[in-house]
Amino acid sequence: MARMKFLCDSERCIECEGCVTACKNANETEWGIQRRRVVTLDDGEIGKEVSISVACMHCSDAPCMSVCPTDCFYPTEDGLILHNKDACIGCGYCLYACPFGAPQFPKQGSFGARGKMDKCTFCAGGPEADPQVDQQKYGANRLREGKLPLCAEMCSTKALLAGDAADVADIFRERVVYRGHRNSAWGSLEQGAQETELAAARQADLAYDATRGV
Amino acid sequence: MMRKPLPDQISAWLVWLLLVGCLISLPVAAQQGADARREAMQTMPGVTSDYWREVVSGTKGSTQSRSPGADSLIMIEGERWRELRNTWVSPGGAIALGGSLAAITFFYLLVGRIKLVNPRTGRVVERWSRWDRTIHWYTASLFIILALTGLSILYAKWFLMPLLPTSVWGGFMLAAKNIHNYLGPLFALGVLAMIVKWVRHNFFNLTDLKWFLKGGGLVGKGHPSAGFLNGGEKVWFWMIVFVGLTVVGSGLVLDFPNFGQSRETMQITLLIHAGASLLLTAAAFGHIYIGTLGTEGAFEGMKTGYVDEAWAKQHHDLWYEQVKDQAVPAEQVLSQPDQSAAPTRQAGSS
Ligand code: HEM
Ligand code: SF4
Ligand code: SF4
Ligand code: SF4
Repeated sequence: MARMKFLCDSERCIECEGCVTACKNANETEWGIQRRRVVTLDDGEIGKEVSISVACMHCSDAPCMSVCPTDCFYPTEDGLILHNKDACIGCGYCLYACPFGAPQFPKQGSFGARGKMDKCTFCAGGPEADPQVDQQKYGANRLREGKLPLCAEMCSTKALLAGDAADVADIFRERVVYRGHRNSAWGSLEQGAQETELAAARQADLAYDATRGV
Repeated sequence: MMRKPLPDQISAWLVWLLLVGCLISLPVAAQQGADARREAMQTMPGVTSDYWREVVSGTKGSTQSRSPGADSLIMIEGERWRELRNTWVSPGGAIALGGSLAAITFFYLLVGRIKLVNPRTGRVVERWSRWDRTIHWYTASLFIILALTGLSILYAKWFLMPLLPTSVWGGFMLAAKNIHNYLGPLFALGVLAMIVKWVRHNFFNLTDLKWFLKGGGLVGKGHPSAGFLNGGEKVWFWMIVFVGLTVVGSGLVLDFPNFGQSRETMQITLLIHAGASLLLTAAAFGHIYIGTLGTEGAFEGMKTGYVDEAWAKQHHDLWYEQVKDQAVPAEQVLSQPDQSAAPTRQAGSS
């Protein structure tokens, strides 16, 4: 049994918005709904700006699920958190609980009119039995076709990885080993050290890593 | 000039020059390499521990998404809200409502209905005008609908959901939410009307203090004196004012997300709204019991507008003293409106 996970390699993401566009294209989501987004912290600050692509992280103990008044979320065997739009009342509670701002709504109207919640399905569709209806309501079901999420497939630097947690971890571990320094998983060099020649060289290697196939 | 065929001597010179040039330019090349590295470092600076500190503390960045709060990677307040709502407000509300019902049942079994001590005189005094009753029942019906739909939003998934097929369940919940959200503002009008119309009866005085000291008639012998409203009724009024307005105010914030309230604002407002409305509902159970089953003769006051002299004397003696000369035979006022209303209605419709 697979356990699906996303991983965005912060050392590689170049904020090209390719994943966002790929998702929009694969799932034909309604106007205003963006299941995936890229967030850049310290935007424009030389030597500090870093971007990460984020969507629903399919949490193990999902906060959205535990606050939903209609209990319309359901976990799948693959460890995904999907939801049933037929039961959704558009109360917005899932968005208020979600740490990643993943749930999306077509509108923000008076009297709490938000429409049905939509979020990343890990390209695994929804509960509808008829594939066409399912496609229309929840977007692509690429997993059923044996494909991986399109956002990750189309990532230009392969920063965004999606798939079985074990495979994703293996790929990432290999990268870390290849980068070959103490902090190359989740942190590069200490800020103060960046000015030194050696640090600059290592940093450049990291940037080079982004252009590699692995 | 360089294109001309060169004598051997000149070419030897050139080779030599080239070598020297290379030697001189070596440090420059190294310099350029370092610059390229530095540039790469600037565009792909890599991630530091400070960056992750920013991420987990919810620091805002920039994004193309226009979804509320999209500019932060992680919102930490959501988890706190979930915990407060699911482990405190939701069970706390259930305990408050259940406790209120249990206390009422216990009281009923222990004390029973408060009966009229003296027989009815058959003469009645006016207590609530048509306006008063309209405001009361308007607000009360909306309150009951709002309480039922609001409680469905909080609790129905625990008992109703397993019983219904998904489509029916979804339809029920959507209806509950929409009824709740559209009627809420109308309830607000009722609360405001009550405050304007009744506040003059509700200032506390010494009589109320004595009424409280005697526990509203439960402690010691004899019924304590009371004016038009007794201390308990005044407490209920001020609860409607403060808790009710809190419910209404928070409800309005929740009802109009189109003003772009942040997720954090909505979380806090939901907690306030749920907490205040649950408190009000628990108190309302008591009010409903006292006004119906608990006290003989009280309900007819809000139904017909008139109360029997015996009831007025027993529960609101000071007020009765003021209005006793306006007492009229019950048949005169209680049957008349119906008889006169029927022909008028016919006349109006023909
Ligand atoms: C007797 C009065 C009321 C009661 C007992 C009541 C109760 C509740 C409860 C229990 C909830 C669910 C909270 C949660 O799940 O965390 C709720 C939600 C809500 N209430 Fe009320 N409420 C009352 C009046 C009002 C009023 C007067 C308004 C508006 C003016 C209002 C607007 C809302 C809104 C907008 C929500 C969020 C529901 C959604 O959009 O899905 N409520 N209420
Ligand atoms: S919507 Fe948010 S809370 Fe729910 S599973 Fe996805 S990331 Fe987790
Ligand atoms: S918006 Fe829909 S999915 Fe989200 S909590 Fe409300 S009912 Fe559940
Ligand atoms: S997995 Fe599919 S639905 Fe989710 S963000 Fe990627 S493309 Fe969009």
